[in-house]
Amino acid sequence: MNLRLTLATATRILRQLRADHRTIAMMLVVPCVLLGLLAWIFDGTPVFDRIGAALLGVFPFVVMFIVTSVATLRERTSGTLERLLATPLGKGDFMLGYAMAFGFMAIVQALVATAFAVWVCDLDVAGPTWLLVVVALGDALLGTALGLFVSGFASTEFQAVQFMPALVLPQFLLCGLLVPRDRLPSVLSAVSDWLPLSYAVDAMGTIAAVPEPLGEVSRDLAVIVGAIVVALGLGSLTLRRRTP
Amino acid sequence: MAKVADAIVVDHLRVVRGDRVVLADLGVHVPTGEVVGLLGPSGGGKSTLMRAIVGVQRVESGQVTVLGEPAGSPGLRRRVGYVTQSPSVYADLSVRHNLAYFATVLGADRGAVDRAIESVDLTSHADARVGRLSGGQQSRVSLAAALVGDPEVLVLDEPTVGLDPVLRRDLWGLFRRLAHEEGRTLLVSSHVMDEATRCDRLLLLREGEILSDSTLPELLTRTGAADAEHAFLSLVDDAARWGGGRP
Repeated sequence: MNLRLTLATATRILRQLRADHRTIAMMLVVPCVLLGLLAWIFDGTPVFDRIGAALLGVFPFVVMFIVTSVATLRERTSGTLERLLATPLGKGDFMLGYAMAFGFMAIVQALVATAFAVWVCDLDVAGPTWLLVVVALGDALLGTALGLFVSGFASTEFQAVQFMPALVLPQFLLCGLLVPRDRLPSVLSAVSDWLPLSYAVDAMGTIAAVPEPLGEVSRDLAVIVGAIVVALGLGSLTLRRRTP
Repeated sequence: MAKVADAIVVDHLRVVRGDRVVLADLGVHVPTGEVVGLLGPSGGGKSTLMRAIVGVQRVESGQVTVLGEPAGSPGLRRRVGYVTQSPSVYADLSVRHNLAYFATVLGADRGAVDRAIESVDLTSHADARVGRLSGGQQSRVSLAAALVGDPEVLVLDEPTVGLDPVLRRDLWGLFRRLAHEEGRTLLVSSHVMDEATRCDRLLLLREGEILSDSTLPELLTRTGAADAEHAFLSLVDDAARWGGGRP
């Protein structure tokens, strides 16, 4: 691990992203459009205040998962990963480079989406708004770490994109957004306790509802950080210097 | 860093990919400071051997030693440059940004970027996005990404494929300069036999077996052939006659 190499990798990834204006625009605009649509659908009801904040946690997770799994799959298939692993660059530098680059994008995305939700859509947040951005960053890093891991199991970009419905949608269904987790059938409720997105949505819901949420949210954040570490560990197993 | 007589020594190397034995029991050595051509038909194991030398190929048994150290050991990662067959650089970055990244990774100074761009004759395209360049230009960017680290050993997998004759001549001129004037060791694969004349030594590899390891004049004398292509064909015929074993 070498900070200079990690930073160089993060810079390189952000430069690649900067060349792709459409992806950046979609990362920033799509969450706002969806939030706006949701606020409009539930206009005059309390529903948006309940799920709007939770969605702020779901977007960075989903978007960073897709972007990372496709980007690292490209590194695997184009031969740049093999080349990099034959240099002094460590696996940790590679993975943390991705985490830093997409973490940065996630902060920008969370600032834009949160500002839009609070000021344009009148989302009521009882707790501190900045905490929404912190949880969004955690969710983004979780998406990046999981994306890195699953890209090791995809051999085409089609497969990589299919991991989104396979791994992300079940978490979305069980995270408490559609039916509160304590009202799910007991088996599903137990399963949802093991899915990291549940804690992200719990944290966002707490921030929206409780004026002093820091204690409760930091427990959820700890679980999310633990899941990030596990996913990065599993991801590092898919980065092999020697391949068959 | 002590100079070793043979920059690359491969001993009893056996590589199995899937259920296919690609290299059964291979031994070669590459002398320091020379350009050694690895020639032979596609699918004969050239890339596998190169990957084993760079240390990215999982091997079943045998030793591969580069600059006195086991292939792929951390101390070698700065000293060995590797260029894959298809260009392995970032298509969505400019030539300069690609090389700047690899320069940082390889611990090279900033001046190395300009020198590498110049040595592959891409100065006028330095700020162009790699994806917009022609195939030949892209493979030169890939070569520059290895040169930028100032490696002592360069392993180049078919670096001249798809290039026009002028560029091919220029690149071979560059390879010879890198070896003869700067003391580097180059292992260059090709399936174009006429490139044999530019190499100091030739390794002929077919179906995972070394058919010949000599200089071109030695090879021509031994086979009585007029050029490398005919020499190779006569060795292949001999090998087939003796049941695929070594002549």
